[in-house]
Amino acid sequence: MNAVANPIEHGRLPASYLTPGSSSFADFLSQQAPDLLPSRRHRGAVSGDLSGEVLHGTTIVAVTYPGGVVMAGDRRATMGNVIAQRDAEKVYPADEYSCVGFAGSSGPGVEMVRLFQTELEHYEKIEGTTLSIDGKANRLSGLIRGNLAMAMQGLAVVPLFAGYDMTRERGRIFSYDVAGASYEETAFHAVGSGSVFARGALKKLYHEGMSERDSVSSILQALYDAADDDSATGGPDLPRRIFPIVAVVTADGYRRLPDADVGQLADDVVNSRMSRPDGPAAPLY
Amino acid sequence: MTVPFYVSPEQLMKDRADFARKGISRGRSVLVLQYADGVAFVAENPHRTLHKISELYDRVAFAAVGRYNEYENLRIAGVRLADIRGYSYDRADVTGRGLANAYAQTLGTIFSSGGEKPYEVELFVAELGDSEETDQIYRLTYDGSVADEHRFAVMGGSAEQVADYLRSNYEDALSLSDVVRLGADALGHDSQQARTLTPLELEVAVLDRSRSQPRKFRRISGPRLTALFPEEETPADTGAAGSEATATGSSGAEPTGGEATPSAEEPPASESSD
Repeated sequence: MNAVANPIEHGRLPASYLTPGSSSFADFLSQQAPDLLPSRRHRGAVSGDLSGEVLHGTTIVAVTYPGGVVMAGDRRATMGNVIAQRDAEKVYPADEYSCVGFAGSSGPGVEMVRLFQTELEHYEKIEGTTLSIDGKANRLSGLIRGNLAMAMQGLAVVPLFAGYDMTRERGRIFSYDVAGASYEETAFHAVGSGSVFARGALKKLYHEGMSERDSVSSILQALYDAADDDSATGGPDLPRRIFPIVAVVTADGYRRLPDADVGQLADDVVNSRMSRPDGPAAPLY
Repeated sequence: MTVPFYVSPEQLMKDRADFARKGISRGRSVLVLQYADGVAFVAENPHRTLHKISELYDRVAFAAVGRYNEYENLRIAGVRLADIRGYSYDRADVTGRGLANAYAQTLGTIFSSGGEKPYEVELFVAELGDSEETDQIYRLTYDGSVADEHRFAVMGGSAEQVADYLRSNYEDALSLSDVVRLGADALGHDSQQARTLTPLELEVAVLDRSRSQPRKFRRISGPRLTALFPEEETPADTGAAGSEATATGSSGAEPTGGEATPSAEEPPASESSD
């Protein structure tokens, strides 16, 4: 670990800490300890395509409903064609009113989430107020942009960001491409290798004015479909009782649904698939 | 021919200490008190946004008296240090002792170096433990000395009078509303003639052990602070300040700051963020 990260062992706070400056943690880190930035960590160490050598997370789905937004991710992480982890976590709280999930390389993804969490908290403490939800979404863009060089070498991270907008009083979803461009999504969105199937399912399952419970069920159905057709997405693991991580963000803040609750809803989904393996049928007109 | 101007080191340090003490004694006091659920900070501060009490990290908070620009600089440096440590190691590795040390070194070096004017500040750094016995409260003075405090501590203008009042009135394991009211009373006993402080003149924050989130710091302001002061105790006879307090206490009237109305809608979870 470099000396900058730990200046206090040898005395006073460095002058740069006492100089007024940016309220962005990532900016401060890039001046004080650039080696700690996820985008710099692997610089020079990487050559060629690493996508088959490192852990990859897969499908993240988010759905808005009148009271807020729900985000969930399957639990599988793959390394090439091996299932590397069955209980991976890919959905995290970003701060009290937002959550972030990611598909792509696990290592850089987890580091980016940590940096993003610290970024939001740092701003909140320095400025005494929280960033607007658009401000948070834009900060995440900035962090992904710094990761572009690694994305080119197969260490791409594609996040999905969602939160409760206090001023507009509704949940909002933002998606990103590997270059960091951010797009606001309406109603629902999915990222990752199983996202095509999940999004297809949600197109048929989503309807306006869903309850929180129905939103969670529709997401579990969508993830089931993703796992059904995409080898890198994990379905509900009934023998091990491992189920998707489900985060709910409302005006009351972030909360992760207890595994027992998710397990019950997942059981319902699986049971319904026993009679109709392709899931609920949507009316034709 | 001029005689070289000589000042003895003792005199030099004494002058610098007098200078710092004078600056600090002009400000109002800040209290830190242990209570049933954690550590409470109470300050006399009519400003809504220029805080004397702030969050440094999950379980660590900061309070200061003295020159605003100086303690604000120290606060930001503390947040930066805490966040960079927590990010490069782990959240559990950010400690109140580490931060208090960094502040002590910084204040001490500045105080004894000839090049910089001493900081006119005093600080509290408090870390919430798992129980009352493991709470840590550090008090740092302008020259970098550190004291480890228990139960309660006072710094600022009339620290002695306020501490005297607390010595005879403080009890262990008070409830939140009792400890805040005691703090307000103590701050009012800073001179011969006791004053009564209204909630509008107070800045209150706690490190709350009962909070389920990892970040234990919580500001108490607006209606939530007013609610800690029962109506019958609000005095109506102390002039302008008193009448303001009565207005806040009665349900329909709006206080001058207009603070009560918007934050009444505020959900409980937002309390850490303002």
